[in-house]
Amino acid sequence: MSRERLLNALLLAGLVVVPGWALWADEPFTITLATRAVIFALAAVGLNIALGMGGLVSLGHAVFFGIGGYAMGVLASHAQSYTPLYDGLFTLEGTKAMPVIWLVAAAASALAAWLIGLLSLRTSGVYFIMITLAFGQMAYFFAISWPAYGGEDGLSIYVRNGFPGLNTLDPIQFYGICLAWLCLALWGHARLRRSPFGLALDAARQVPARVQAVGLDPKRLYLVALVISGAVTGLSGALFADLNRFVSPSMLSWQMSGEIMVFVIIGGVARLFGPVVGAVFYVALEHWLGGVSDYWQIILGVVLLAVVLFGRGGLIGLVCGKERPDA
Amino acid sequence: MPDTILRTHELHKAFGALRASEGISITLKQGEIHAIIGPNGAGKSTLIAQICGALRPDSGRVEFLGRDVTALPTEARARMGLARTFQTSALAMEQTVLQNALLGALGASGRPWRFFSRVSADQALRDIAESALHEAGLLDFAQTRTAELSHGQRRQLEVAVALTLRPRAFVMDEPMAGLGAEGSKRLTGFLDRLQDRAPILLVEHDMDAVFALADRISVLVYGRVIATGTVDEIRADPRVREAYLGDEA
Ligand SMILES: Nc1ncnc2c1ncn2[C@@H]1O[C@H](COP(=O)(O)OP(=O)(O)OP(=O)(O)O)[C@@H](O)[C@H]1O
Ligand SMILES: [Mg+2]
Repeated sequence: MSRERLLNALLLAGLVVVPGWALWADEPFTITLATRAVIFALAAVGLNIALGMGGLVSLGHAVFFGIGGYAMGVLASHAQSYTPLYDGLFTLEGTKAMPVIWLVAAAASALAAWLIGLLSLRTSGVYFIMITLAFGQMAYFFAISWPAYGGEDGLSIYVRNGFPGLNTLDPIQFYGICLAWLCLALWGHARLRRSPFGLALDAARQVPARVQAVGLDPKRLYLVALVISGAVTGLSGALFADLNRFVSPSMLSWQMSGEIMVFVIIGGVARLFGPVVGAVFYVALEHWLGGVSDYWQIILGVVLLAVVLFGRGGLIGLVCGKERPDA
Repeated sequence: MPDTILRTHELHKAFGALRASEGISITLKQGEIHAIIGPNGAGKSTLIAQICGALRPDSGRVEFLGRDVTALPTEARARMGLARTFQTSALAMEQTVLQNALLGALGASGRPWRFFSRVSADQALRDIAESALHEAGLLDFAQTRTAELSHGQRRQLEVAVALTLRPRAFVMDEPMAGLGAEGSKRLTGFLDRLQDRAPILLVEHDMDAVFALADRISVLVYGRVIATGTVDEIRADPRVREAYLGDEA
């Protein structure tokens, strides 16, 4: 077993053991922190598909995170007020069922990613970054000026949404749901990396001209990567809103996009567990240092700087060294 | 089957005031190696870019397998079997040698939209990739990272990837670039064997290689073809000697 695999296994074990301990020690707040970290990690797994595999530096992933959040907020608020979403030729009701919410969140984010990709992939480099940022800002201000769903104040949900057979109000059970999604996403990402699509996308990131010369269109590969990426991040947004029972435009802010990117970079771009390391590190730092000083982000900045300057593979790269290709 | 596999008709291309192609009409026939020679900056790579689809000509046509492909993008021409190699290696350096070859086979298969199966477990792709590596003498390096290959091996891998495309024509831009005498000789032998597979349009500076391989030679100077002929004709042509070969021939 390679060093990185061992580390990954240890991380997964930690994600089971720590909340398990918290349950035993009756520390529900620790479980909530772990849930937050796992959801952030899921959001970052989404970005890692676009950024790590496709080299797409998107500063607009909060759009998908926020769309996922609002998918939950809109559906659940209609359900709790017993007003249909649409009442015309047919009636469209809201819902409090997580599986439906997830499906809507992922589908809506995928659609948004497709539209954004169609326009932004005409450019590359710094222009791509700026266009994705611009879409993020558009979505943010749209949400702020949309009074039907709370506008600037956001939207509160009284009771967490439900999942058949589980009590989602119980922190550990909700954590289990989030961890299951993270594991599923990591497994999917691992498969994706070794798939025919993954090979083509990886080559398209390195040498687009080569990919064209063998008969493939790099732009289409990027677009599909962005759609998958957006769907995963959108799903995490729905979970995040459910964790807080609240969604607001801040989920769509460019700071949020930046944070998702920070998770990936600190953990290690293109490393399978990079998002997990980054998100856990971030949440832990925020918790411990945030209590000590309001300026904890300075420490974060220093770590980020060190990682970018000295360890291109992020924290995982520092521990495990360079990644080897596996055929 | 038409005898002419590839044809350009009156290609014109200008970069601002610089006329890089001025009415270039050449053909590539089944079974031949047609070499394009010319001094630096003559417009050889520009010609190749128009043939392969990376550049759109200002006017003129490119025909491949009897079809006008001038408006088709690079990837569509590649899928028809137009296999090119680059003047400076364009390989996925972080991938293994086998992965680069698999990419070629994958592109030719036209089925990259598979997200869960393992590409290395696709036996059909693997067979194509491995046989191309075998022909290029790179099978022993299949699991090596491409960045770790020597320059000469990278040039061979370029050709091997082209081989995975079920090529109907090869278009090679200075495959010998940067090779020593030994490497050139090996690649020359390899290209000689490839000729039976598909005709080769060969841009090359290495005159030993060109004279050893080519059935026909065209000389490109300042965007114009100033002569086309057999090796002996070109060697003897006074205009060519003056414009390009100098005392070398
Ligand atoms: N995209 C471009 N924009 C402007 N000028 C270009 C461009 N591409 C090539 N040129 C110019 O066109 C001319 C022909 O270039 P080209 O690369 O086709 O020459 P070449 O025959 O391949 O030369 P070499 O033997 O050095 O490879 C050169 O003067 C070059 O500077
Ligand atoms: Mg050139």
